[in-house]
Amino acid sequence: MAKQYETVIGLEVHVELATKTKIFCGCSTAFGGAPNTHTCPVCTGMPGSLPVLNKQVVEYALAVGLAANCRINQYCKFDRKNYFYPDNPQNYQISQLYLPICHDGGIEIETAAGTKIIRIHEIHMEEDAGKLIHDEWEDCSLVDYNRSGVPLIEIVSEPDMRSADEVIAYLEKLRLIIQYLGASDCKLQEGSMRADVNLSVREVGTPEFGTRTEMKNLNSFKAIGRAIEAERERQIELLEAGKPVIQETRRWDDNKEYSYAMRSKEDAQDYRYFPDPDLVPVIISDEWIERIKAAQPELRTEKLKRYKEEFEIPDYDAGILTSSKKMADIFEAATEICKKPKKVSNWLMVETLRLLKESGQEPEDIAFSPENLAKLVELADSGVINSSVAKEVFVKIFSDDIDPEQYVEENGLKTVNDTGTLKKVIEEIVAANPQSVADYKGGKQKAIGFLVGQTMKAMKGKADPASVNALLREALDQ
Amino acid sequence: MANIISDETIEYVSILAKLELSEQEKKQARKDMARMLDYIDKLNELDTTGVEPVSHVFSVNNVFREDVVTNSDDSQNMLKNAPAVKEQSYKVPKTVL
Repeated sequence: MAKQYETVIGLEVHVELATKTKIFCGCSTAFGGAPNTHTCPVCTGMPGSLPVLNKQVVEYALAVGLAANCRINQYCKFDRKNYFYPDNPQNYQISQLYLPICHDGGIEIETAAGTKIIRIHEIHMEEDAGKLIHDEWEDCSLVDYNRSGVPLIEIVSEPDMRSADEVIAYLEKLRLIIQYLGASDCKLQEGSMRADVNLSVREVGTPEFGTRTEMKNLNSFKAIGRAIEAERERQIELLEAGKPVIQETRRWDDNKEYSYAMRSKEDAQDYRYFPDPDLVPVIISDEWIERIKAAQPELRTEKLKRYKEEFEIPDYDAGILTSSKKMADIFEAATEICKKPKKVSNWLMVETLRLLKESGQEPEDIAFSPENLAKLVELADSGVINSSVAKEVFVKIFSDDIDPEQYVEENGLKTVNDTGTLKKVIEEIVAANPQSVADYKGGKQKAIGFLVGQTMKAMKGKADPASVNALLREALDQ
Repeated sequence: MANIISDETIEYVSILAKLELSEQEKKQARKDMARMLDYIDKLNELDTTGVEPVSHVFSVNNVFREDVVTNSDDSQNMLKNAPAVKEQSYKVPKTVL
């Protein structure tokens, strides 16, 4: 019988915090500025510059740590991690090694295999590095330091996961907690959430861990799933062939579905950490912790319960709406205005999710306002526009956040309720389609569908299909 | 001198520090490092049982900034510090991880 192997996985998750400014200077953290426009002597590592800690970074780190059931190091400090690379202009990264802000926590995950606690070893605060672009024409690299000094927290799990499913459940749970706290938007594709996967395999029943590798460059849940499967297979093949697994960092190429070693083992990593003398210790009082706890927003479990009670929407709806902070926020705000929770929920769950999927976006990318959605619900619900027109208008709300009242007015999309006009059009349709009329009178009920369609077409979609149906029958049954 | 620095140590430290030392400089560095370690050994003679480690010499803590943008685009001045500039970026020898 073939040997049975178990996969052992731990994660290092980097999350870019949603602060307005960098961790140690007053430069903007806005994404996408022209190269080096958000830089100063501090974040470009000029000698003599003095880093000063952004208080909001500590608050976000505390909020995430408390929500992830961590213990807080009430005396914490920063250390320098030394290495040479052009994306790091100081030649060291300011991070936390000896006294990270949070430690010994854990979150519960749910998979098909049941519920399980994934322990969190620690959470520390650190600064991001700049971005390197490799020049295509010349043998050089170009460095943009706009990202240098953007605040990160690194969440280090214990090696408690055993499958790709568990890894994804853990990441989704973590992402949701952080989004709910407003500490980050956690977009994998834009890099505001990045996961490094530490993976080893061992024969089932072996108490010791095997040699692990670290996998980088995973920027979607799908890529993470594929990389885990591929790395598990690669390590098992090595072991089956009697070869050792080498402890190394590997880079995943999702197009080739293959990873390659980034650093050779001779390239010793020796970061020579030491306390940063430019930064003073951070002392976190009990009062400060209590204040963060008290300000903690409603998290998903509480929201789920409240949605079912307060809005009387089905479990299924509540589950989907609360799976994204952005969707939950829009749902609540739009419902507050129009007081029709189920209608709002339907627009979010059906049309919004469909359009997001079509454009390859995530719920966090929703750009329309709850006001315009609420207006649309009112227009559709009061019969001012019919349901197919409403869908058409929603597409415009989704893409350009248009005001539906104004749009309907300007484009003449109101349902025609003038029976006189409708009757006149029906008379014409009946006169023009003698065959269908004969079919209907001959007992073919289906023929009326064609006549309704023709009438709606003549009305340019601006009639209420139910009224058209009723008036048609009236005309034909005379 | 109690401490002796090996050739391997000098080699390793110079790799970490990205320095290429001449034979003369290596000899000097060996001597300097040995003296530094001797000095640390001297400090180690002190009994520090029950003394909390100090990471900062001033008794100052919790120095914070509020999260407010105070810097505007100063890229033209900042880029004056670059060894070379291309496309508003710092141009460096090709590096690939």
